[in-house]
Amino acid sequence: MAITGLSTNKTRSALTILGIVIGISSIILVMSIGQSAQKLIVDQVQGLGSTNVFIIPGRQPEGFSDGSSTLLADSLKERDLKDLTKKSNVPNAAKITGMVFTPASVNYDSETYNATVLGADPRLFDLFQVDIARGTNITDEDVAQKSDVIVIGTTVAEKLFGLADPIGEKIKIKDKYFRVVGLMAEKGQAVFVNFDEAVVAPVSTIQQYVLGIKYYHRVVVVADTVENIPDVVSDIKAVLRSNHNITDPDKDDFFIQTQADLVDTVSLITNILTILLSSVAAISLVVGGIGIMNIMFVSVTERTREIGLRKALGATNKDILTQFLVEAIIFTVSGGLVGIFLGTALAYAATFSINHLTTTNFPFAFSYLGAFLGVFVSSAIGFIFGIFPARKAAQKSPIEALRYE
Amino acid sequence: MALIEVKSLEKIYVDGDVRTPGLNGVDLAINEGEFVAIIGPSGSGKSTLLQILGVLDRPSGGEYIFNGHNITEYSDDQLAHIRNKEMGFVFQAFNLLPKLTVLENVKLPLIYARLSEEERDKRARDMVSLVDLNDRVDFKTTKLSGGQKQRVAIARALVNNPKVIFADEPTGSLDSKSGEIIMSFLQDLHSQGNTIILVTHESYVAECAERILHIKDGLIDRDEKVQNRRLIAKQGFFK
Repeated sequence: MAITGLSTNKTRSALTILGIVIGISSIILVMSIGQSAQKLIVDQVQGLGSTNVFIIPGRQPEGFSDGSSTLLADSLKERDLKDLTKKSNVPNAAKITGMVFTPASVNYDSETYNATVLGADPRLFDLFQVDIARGTNITDEDVAQKSDVIVIGTTVAEKLFGLADPIGEKIKIKDKYFRVVGLMAEKGQAVFVNFDEAVVAPVSTIQQYVLGIKYYHRVVVVADTVENIPDVVSDIKAVLRSNHNITDPDKDDFFIQTQADLVDTVSLITNILTILLSSVAAISLVVGGIGIMNIMFVSVTERTREIGLRKALGATNKDILTQFLVEAIIFTVSGGLVGIFLGTALAYAATFSINHLTTTNFPFAFSYLGAFLGVFVSSAIGFIFGIFPARKAAQKSPIEALRYE
Repeated sequence: MALIEVKSLEKIYVDGDVRTPGLNGVDLAINEGEFVAIIGPSGSGKSTLLQILGVLDRPSGGEYIFNGHNITEYSDDQLAHIRNKEMGFVFQAFNLLPKLTVLENVKLPLIYARLSEEERDKRARDMVSLVDLNDRVDFKTTKLSGGQKQRVAIARALVNNPKVIFADEPTGSLDSKSGEIIMSFLQDLHSQGNTIILVTHESYVAECAERILHIKDGLIDRDEKVQNRRLIAKQGFFK
């Protein structure tokens, strides 16, 4: 019965629901892309191993920070790393590695490349799942001996050596010469460092000859299981506080980030962005709703005689109210469904082109929450913006309505 | 006991500061089974009287007793219920819904009576067959002639088996041949015991009824029994 009213003017109806279609589809698009981006980043972070616990020197920065200030903090010393490595101190630690990093120019012959120089031990490669494509890796022996060996990324190799074989060649960082022993497999960006544009040498060598420091920029502890992470964290805190003579936890000169913290932070940021963009899209829904209300008022006036007749035949005010309200809701929900379909198609097209235009593996994510929200919001709009025209229709007196020409 | 009884019925139309009297104190009783024609010149108040008797409008003063109940103070919903169950309407302008088929139009009152779809379908088909439109049952009403449209309206008026049928100038938009068919239907219905109240300004239409109320200036001027009743089935309008 309600459908008959809607089909009266097809062009008008289609134009009116366009506002709802655009509003809902942009919300779906934003939510879907947001979810994809979140999934991509979270997957990358989790790809590093969910059992990683990062120890960062210095005070925990307030709010968001790029972490550069922590590079100057010197609280993580050789002794801390040794004590953390003792099984009795942190029984649930599977692996521990300390590292330093700095941007520096790497030279070979007349070629120069600005690379990220990492000082680490062999466990770094396990941690970030970096493979050695050719040659050998640095060893614990190299770390102990402060050997001048180095492993280089693919981009570094290409820029410095072109097509020539880099293995066995000597490259210069600051005034120190390093012998290239290995070439890393292509890896790309892994959280804070792009391994293709990096070189890795024994941590002790970099500390002494390149940076001239005796502390670590990061210490990473790998817990044996995810369940044991809280124990590992509290053990680490106990060791470091006792080493640094800290009694008040507020005065800690280090802080700890777990993989879970990182995932939470990333999710928070992407969620805020998604909500922000969705709110902008939601404004178009309000505009669409006003369009619906306007057209419903016109429809009520046009159908005054019909309302009068229905009342003469025994329709109560509530019957008429329900009829017009149902019409408005069918109207907006059909717009909402078209919008969900359109938004999903656009999101799919967007992820498809991102995947084809860039090397990123951007996952497509259908936002179920968005779809549910789309149906719910569009029916709510039908209700909110349909109630006033429907009430106007219901309150018409049967004889006034029948007399209307 | 009269089916319809009104006492000192008044209706005043107010439009801004202008007060136009419609009815000036009408007393009237109509029994079950009567066929009453209300006749009078335009502006006499005959349509106003019909609308108030059909509870499409409320009086400004007086009382209305319908089927033994004083319904003067009934709520909108109670009146809607009475219109639905106890009254049937036939209008000059037919007032069918053009997007619906003949059958769907006849079903409309049954929807508001909250009957099951099965029951609605059965009753509506019976009524369509009663007005000889079986071959048009699934036609859109825009495809029908004026006379056929009015027959659909009669079927719709009868479908809830009402106590009284109100007809407001039912032949007013029809040629005389179609008008005859409609009047003959109404006379048939009356002979089967239905109560019919009809408004017209044509005396030859009024003469089809048993009783004529002459309305003038919002009052019943004359209330007469029809002496030589015109029986359409035998005589037609003009024989």
